[in-house]
Amino acid sequence: MLTLTSPVQTPWHRLPAGPKLAGLLAFTLVLFGIDSPLVLAAILAAVAALYLPGGLAFVRHGLRMLRPLVPFVAIVAAWHLWTATPETGASIALRLVAGIGAANLVTMTTRLSDMIAVIERLAAPLHRFGLNPRLLAMAVALVIRFIPVMGDRVARLTEAWRARSPRRAGWRIVLPATLGAIDDAEQVAQALRARGGLG
Amino acid sequence: MERKLAYVALFAALIAILTLVPAVTLPTGVPITAQSLGVMLAGAVLGGRLGFLAVALYVALGLLGLPIFSGGKGGFAVLAGPTAGFILGFPVAALVTGLVVEKWRAPVSLATFVGAILGGVIVLYAMGIGGLMVNAGLSLKDATVAMLPFVPGDVLKAVLAAALAQGLAKARPDALLSRA
Repeated sequence: MLTLTSPVQTPWHRLPAGPKLAGLLAFTLVLFGIDSPLVLAAILAAVAALYLPGGLAFVRHGLRMLRPLVPFVAIVAAWHLWTATPETGASIALRLVAGIGAANLVTMTTRLSDMIAVIERLAAPLHRFGLNPRLLAMAVALVIRFIPVMGDRVARLTEAWRARSPRRAGWRIVLPATLGAIDDAEQVAQALRARGGLG
Repeated sequence: MERKLAYVALFAALIAILTLVPAVTLPTGVPITAQSLGVMLAGAVLGGRLGFLAVALYVALGLLGLPIFSGGKGGFAVLAGPTAGFILGFPVAALVTGLVVEKWRAPVSLATFVGAILGGVIVLYAMGIGGLMVNAGLSLKDATVAMLPFVPGDVLKAVLAAALAQGLAKARPDALLSRA
């Protein structure tokens, strides 16, 4: 399944998505106002503690999601050691890990369908600007449905390329992949019209 | 209406997939995905407004937690990360690319190239560098220097986008909503 939501149930899973997102937003705003590395370290420890109710597997999943951050933190650390501003470097790295750790926690404990429901509710006032929430929901459903379909197609195109060439396919895959997307879009549009259209 | 919706949704899905394809490896060894190529193409094919919507849909779904950003990342966390400016800049890049292709009746390849340089390189890097300054605390000069190694790859991608748009215009002339 295409999702980053953790299958491990935690108490945070039971909180509604709207307040969790609002809380995350408030937390991030506060975080960017703090410069002291000591306070930031304490906040990071608190964020880490929030992962504990999920148990070992949940904590491991959380750490795995932080891994792409490692090279960036290393560069920031090296840069600030070199320019002799270790304190600034420490607060930037701590702020980054704490902010991303908190955001990942929300991602891992909120079902995608709940997130989409929040977006639909937030988008409702946009109706008067011509953005129909029903169309938005339909578009979201189509994207989620077609990502695996296109992934399969790109995989098949890549295999076909490999069968004929020792070189990597790279950008040459993009044209046939885009043509496939265009043809899919035409068929989806026809199917939608055949079922009464979107009105 | 159905057609516009389907194109917007399917281009959002296409960008998600292209993000995982390593398209170009620079002589310096920096691997570059086809992600921004997809953003440029969305603008060139769909035009400014629909291109913006398609890329905004991709970004919104990534922020909501689908693992569709580069490296299989997703969730609101990227907004606190070093690439935040680029992620938020993608829809604007598609908008600018699309507007150029729409308004300027030059041959598709030329219009796409100019649009992609304006939107996908100049505007996108301005926003990306802004994001680096805010999230990584870099100065304007340091952030710009940090981004320089990526510029040749993205100029190359503007060239590829122009060739691809030309190819698409030939293979599916009706699909170029930007020139409809």
